[in-house]
Amino acid sequence: MVVPSLKLQDLIEEIRGAKTQAQEREVIQKECAHIRASFRDGDPLHRHRQLAKLLYVHMLGYPAHFGQMECLKLIASPRFTDKRVGYLGAMLLLDERQDAHLLITNSIKNDLSQGIQAVQGLALCTLSTMGSAEMCRDLATEVEKLLLQPSSYVRKKAVLTAVHMIRKVPELSNIFLPPCAQLLHERHHGILLGTITLITELCERSPAALKHFRKVVPQLVKILRTLVTTGYSTEHSISGVSDPFLQVRILRLLRILGRNHEESSETMNDLLAQVATNTDTSRNAGSAVLFETVLTIMDIRSAPGLRVLAVNILGRFLLNNDKNIRYVALTSLLRMVQSDHSAVQRHRPTVVECLREPDASLSRRALELSLALVNSSNVRAMTQELQSFLESCPPDLRADCASGILLAAERFAPTKRWHIDTILRVLTTAGIYVRDDAVANLTQLIGGAQELHAYSVRRLYSALAEDISQQPLVQVAAWCIGEYGDLLLEGSCEETEPLQVEEEEVLALLEKVLQSHMSQPATRGYALTALMKLSTRLRGDSNRIRQVVSIYGSCLDVELQQRAVEYNTLFQKYDHMRAAILEKMPLVERGGSQVDGEAKESKEAQLSETALVSTEPQASKLLDLLDLLDGTSGDAQPPPPLDPSPGGALVHLLDLPGAPPPPPSIPNLRVFEREGLQLNLSFVRPSGTPALLLIMVTATNTSGADVTHFICQAAVPKSFQLQLQAPSGDTLPAQGGLPVTQLLRILNPNKAPLRLKLRLTYNHFGQSVQEIFEVNNLPVETWQ
Amino acid sequence: MMRFMLLFSRQGKLRLQKWYLATSDKERKKMVRELMQVVLARKPKMCSFLEWRDLKVVYKRYASLYFCCAIEGQDNELITLELIHRYVELLDKYFGSVCELDIIFNFEKAYFILDEFLMGGDVQDTSKKSVLKAIEQADLLQEVRAWDSEEEDKYRGGGCPPCPGHLACQPRLPPSRHQGGPPPCGVWPPQHPVGQLALKL
Repeated sequence: MVVPSLKLQDLIEEIRGAKTQAQEREVIQKECAHIRASFRDGDPLHRHRQLAKLLYVHMLGYPAHFGQMECLKLIASPRFTDKRVGYLGAMLLLDERQDAHLLITNSIKNDLSQGIQAVQGLALCTLSTMGSAEMCRDLATEVEKLLLQPSSYVRKKAVLTAVHMIRKVPELSNIFLPPCAQLLHERHHGILLGTITLITELCERSPAALKHFRKVVPQLVKILRTLVTTGYSTEHSISGVSDPFLQVRILRLLRILGRNHEESSETMNDLLAQVATNTDTSRNAGSAVLFETVLTIMDIRSAPGLRVLAVNILGRFLLNNDKNIRYVALTSLLRMVQSDHSAVQRHRPTVVECLREPDASLSRRALELSLALVNSSNVRAMTQELQSFLESCPPDLRADCASGILLAAERFAPTKRWHIDTILRVLTTAGIYVRDDAVANLTQLIGGAQELHAYSVRRLYSALAEDISQQPLVQVAAWCIGEYGDLLLEGSCEETEPLQVEEEEVLALLEKVLQSHMSQPATRGYALTALMKLSTRLRGDSNRIRQVVSIYGSCLDVELQQRAVEYNTLFQKYDHMRAAILEKMPLVERGGSQVDGEAKESKEAQLSETALVSTEPQASKLLDLLDLLDGTSGDAQPPPPLDPSPGGALVHLLDLPGAPPPPPSIPNLRVFEREGLQLNLSFVRPSGTPALLLIMVTATNTSGADVTHFICQAAVPKSFQLQLQAPSGDTLPAQGGLPVTQLLRILNPNKAPLRLKLRLTYNHFGQSVQEIFEVNNLPVETWQ
Repeated sequence: MMRFMLLFSRQGKLRLQKWYLATSDKERKKMVRELMQVVLARKPKMCSFLEWRDLKVVYKRYASLYFCCAIEGQDNELITLELIHRYVELLDKYFGSVCELDIIFNFEKAYFILDEFLMGGDVQDTSKKSVLKAIEQADLLQEVRAWDSEEEDKYRGGGCPPCPGHLACQPRLPPSRHQGGPPPCGVWPPQHPVGQLALKL
């Protein structure tokens, strides 16, 4: 009982009639069951129809693997209809991964050797679509034979099958290389086209083949010339251009053959010039040929005049109305911007115009090209253009645009101020899209430009006052206000508009940043530290700041909490050190972004390190506490709390890793001598901090008796700040025993002349001695 | 080389897929889905080229169908546009003012025509005439062989009613001989076609 099955069109009709996905599935399932039954029953007459239906269902996305064997049966059938559908099924359902695919090999072999062209064509087509490496190896000789067949229909297909075979099994090049020479003499466009594709494939895969085929360059030139000048045939032309497909292929092969080869390139020069000038580009076909010509000219060793011509052609393309042509022009110009920079520069205005394209692929290309064209002479104009592009471009381009502008600014900035302005503008426009290191870069830049501190802090303050949502901007602004808050409040800066800022306003702004829900934790950290720094910069009292800091001592964010607690401690217990700890950062050297990071780290370390140091009797307690901290110089020990040269460690810390020059040495000074007890002073001015002077007091005892209870105290004028560190000991053993050293830290921000008074008390020879004297003859270098 | 060619409708229904590089079924489905999404999201005035994964995609919309080719970095995009156009012209010549329905109901013919025009992703024959002749001859071969078999008589489709919208409808063979389906003009059952493929010649 033959159950009448649906015809293909009926099935399609029914599937399209289904209103829902479920209904469609139902129809298909029912039909597939039918098809499967039919396959099982082995009905040869309708097999092709069943398979056709199955292929349709497969295209809709449903499984069709049970049809694979049927493909094989259909291919083996003598009927052409069967073969046609069977081969189609093989191409759609069978691929290398199925084991079944190898079973076709025999059928294909048979079909290749029997005489009907259409059947041979089917077999070749299938082989070239899904032929696996094994199949190709098995059938290579068959295909080779067909290359010499009288029928051009078969030959053209055989050549392209050979191309596929070489792609799959490169060793087969040996078989297919020899026939090429003869095939090049073909008049049939299809065969010629296939041959050139074959030669291209051979040359791309093997340098030996490349060398071999260089000798056909003259022949190729002749073919192309014939096409361009006389070969106008309606059959092969498109819009007045003779066989553009063939022209493009030849040009591509010439490109491969002429690359890095002087002689071949020279042979082609005239022809390329001819094609470039004679091709009618009013329609796409001509433009396609011209485009390929330009690519070839750029890639081979062409004459300079020809290269200029090529770039100009691309420039013309840029002005074309057709978007597609503008696109390929931008892409090609991008490829050659490195090698022919000046030629491409000439078209910069047009490229910049393309930035305004509404089409995203075009504007992306234009952006890349514009960034590549920025140099020191056009950086201002280009940045202006790119900034306005940044304001209006689609979001996915913003990140690239922003980082591109920043990079260009870094490479070509004419002045530091312009650089800062540019970065500021980028941060305001596209703050969330910039890369993470932009913040670090900007702070480093500002930090290093002392003359611009006032200007920067004002601009950043105004920007921050307007908008606190752009995190990178807020971070930099907070840092800046913290560092240079005093410059913000005092006087006016001639480079910006007069801005009267009250202390309260500044504090209010920073508090706002702290509290805003838009601020990230990192930003809050910046703001808190900035507030802290302002406590020393501002003239008013710091109660408000203390309040804020103590509130954040119980903040949920661990980082903020830690900071707040530490700052609180600073207020309460180490108020006298606050100024020193929170002083301005030294000028940053531009040694790359690493420097800034490490400068920040060293500042942090400095913070914890100076906390280690103390002159109070509470020193030991503090040190016990801070024993837990990983002191960078490992100085935390029970008294004597510091190793003999604590100054050395501090100096080391204050040195920036950018390896600044060693501080100029100042001569030592002997300031006191009595009965064998000598006091020497040695001075160090660390180069990073101009206001700092370190004095190492060294007491030596050459007498016969010990000196005990030795205490040295110092006093300086009011404008200075003095820190006395704990001495290394209070006993000087007799006869040149271990000296006692003590470090004095003097800050001299006003560079006033240094005056130093020392007071010594000790026991020597059974007597208690007290000496007070002023140190004379202090070298000028100690305070200038 | 061309990696693959897709034809799909504005609603995202696949109408033809030809793969020139061995890829697993699963991978193919994924790529098709992804690419369809990208192309369908493009606005009408945008250029015909885009970058997708590591390939270049050239697409063109004809009426309700998108013709999409994925080519490699070395390939010439502009000539690929010509290639797409040539294929549409071939379809048009064969079906006579082709529309999407033709390609739906005669998908296997669309494949056959493509296989006469391209092979392994490369153009076989640059002459329109030559390609159409080859298909014609293959169709004839199908018919001639069919006559040999008596059984076929039972399954021959009925005549094709004159189709109102297709003046150029000239079936290659007399309708009575055509086996198992509507005439090449493809309007069957009579329905208003979704849209003519507007050809820019």
